[in-house]
Amino acid sequence: MPALTDSKIEELKEIARRVRVHIVESTHEAGSGHPGGSLSATDILTALYFEIMDHKPDDPKWPKRDRLVLSKGHAAPALYGVLAEAGYFPVEKLMSLRKLGSQLQGHPHVKTTPGVDASTGSLGQGISIASGMALAAKLDREAYRVFAICGDGEIQSGQIWEAAMFASHNKLDNLIVFLDRNNLQIDGSTEEVMSIEPIVSKWNAFGWHVLEIEGHEMDQIVDAVERAEEIHGQPTMIIAHTIKGKGVPFMEGSLAFHGKAANDEQLEVALEALGEKNNTQGGD
Amino acid sequence: MWEMAKQRDAYGETLVELGRKKDNIVVVGADLCGSCRVKKFGNEFPERMFNVGIAEQNMTGVSAGLALSGKTVFSSTFAVFATGRAYDQVRQSIAYPELDVKIVSTHAGITVGGDGASHQMLEDIALMRVLPNMRVVAPADYHESRKATFAIAEEKGPFYMRLGRSNVPIITEKDDPFDIGKAKLVREGEDVTLIGTGIMVSECLKAAKILDKQHDMDARVLNMSTIKPLDDKSIVRAAKDTGGIVTAEEHVVSQGMGSGISQVISESSYHVPMKRVGIPNVFGESGESDELMDKYGLTAEHIVESAHDVLERR
Repeated sequence: MPALTDSKIEELKEIARRVRVHIVESTHEAGSGHPGGSLSATDILTALYFEIMDHKPDDPKWPKRDRLVLSKGHAAPALYGVLAEAGYFPVEKLMSLRKLGSQLQGHPHVKTTPGVDASTGSLGQGISIASGMALAAKLDREAYRVFAICGDGEIQSGQIWEAAMFASHNKLDNLIVFLDRNNLQIDGSTEEVMSIEPIVSKWNAFGWHVLEIEGHEMDQIVDAVERAEEIHGQPTMIIAHTIKGKGVPFMEGSLAFHGKAANDEQLEVALEALGEKNNTQGGD
Repeated sequence: MWEMAKQRDAYGETLVELGRKKDNIVVVGADLCGSCRVKKFGNEFPERMFNVGIAEQNMTGVSAGLALSGKTVFSSTFAVFATGRAYDQVRQSIAYPELDVKIVSTHAGITVGGDGASHQMLEDIALMRVLPNMRVVAPADYHESRKATFAIAEEKGPFYMRLGRSNVPIITEKDDPFDIGKAKLVREGEDVTLIGTGIMVSECLKAAKILDKQHDMDARVLNMSTIKPLDDKSIVRAAKDTGGIVTAEEHVVSQGMGSGISQVISESSYHVPMKRVGIPNVFGESGESDELMDKYGLTAEHIVESAHDVLERR
């Protein structure tokens, strides 16, 4: 049985489309940011906050909530877009991204942004933080789950493997990590810069339950989490095959937009590709 | 002479007491749980003690995650690893989000002895005091280590507490009050002020005795057990009252407690002469604790010499 009905999938896709619009607009407005890796993680984040996670936008610190640690903190524009769509703060606030005095810092910060569960940005730290949260849930006999999203280049960092060992040693089956496998990092392809393959056998060897999915397919994302839920005594790693820049054709698979925002012209093209052209051109 | 005891013993014993009183206290260690004395806590509360193995970066991140879920976390390993190996994790995952994590390190300073420079952390005060949101405590002895452990558990937010490996003289009383951020006057005096932190407070007291007996000088001694925030008022009052300051710490003189005090003095209205006793900006080496204290300029005699230097420049 499919994890989602067709109408639910359409609904999630429409939210993800709006989040992608937020990503290109907010990074364009900021004049900087990381649209590529934000766009690749958008569908995962949308599925998490609109289908999978138990959370309360009107009570961001609700103790029983499911948590998300965005270990690849540079995808903050995607997280902010999803949080705004979910109602944690007004959508208009997204345009303050990276500006002086903004609640929306360049990388997620738990003290400034409602809905952000951990401060991240220095890569490699998120699985450790998420493991600490998952451990606390076990200790308190709480049912909440902890999710994390890692970049693929990020797993070159040694701390990731310290955490990988720790989470399986402690049987953290309430920890589910997505690996945003978009194949690119700032200096090039992961396999050219520092090969991370074979990923599946690496995580298996560290004692994790490993799944592989297409990271832009809503039903596969939801289904993977459901399958992870059935596993006891092991954390789950969901390797999500994604496309960097997904949804904006000239950013797709492009290194150039790892850490660069669209200019005015590119913004128009991007919005048109995302089905927003008419809305923004109305005034001219 | 003074009775001797280890600061880390006080820490380990106090943690167990804290554990009995507070359910939300958890402890994270990195394979040095015996050396750091947190094993006792683990023996009594196995479900609240987590050993991450030799993985200090992960230890720091796991501590952050536990704190984000409402725990008061004591995270302990040797000073060199807690502050050096995991510096970025302390900065990003604990200090920046201002989490309730107490990084309590043992084996700080040159008195680690035989292990040599690789394990003698002489830069940790500098690394920790520069971090926003981080407070830094260095108790003088056994009793103070115990009181400081209670005090930092009570106060929300990140702390770095620095303890040594060796036996150190007990110079405070069991019932002395302990307040974070307050220097303690341990000897009244008018001619010069000796400000010590950690194990150097006892050396300051020895120096004061020598100054009194052999040089007819009456030295004030302050125990600066909180290095951040510094007790500016006591420092400025000492400058005003005594006209000269000697600081003493088991740390490189660059950017340690003495540097912090010199900054306070330079921005005050009392620009009195100062001398910082500590280790010059060099790495240590293997040796016995007392040999190292002497070779690297950390004994009472060095403090006495510095007091004369300060008086000559007054």
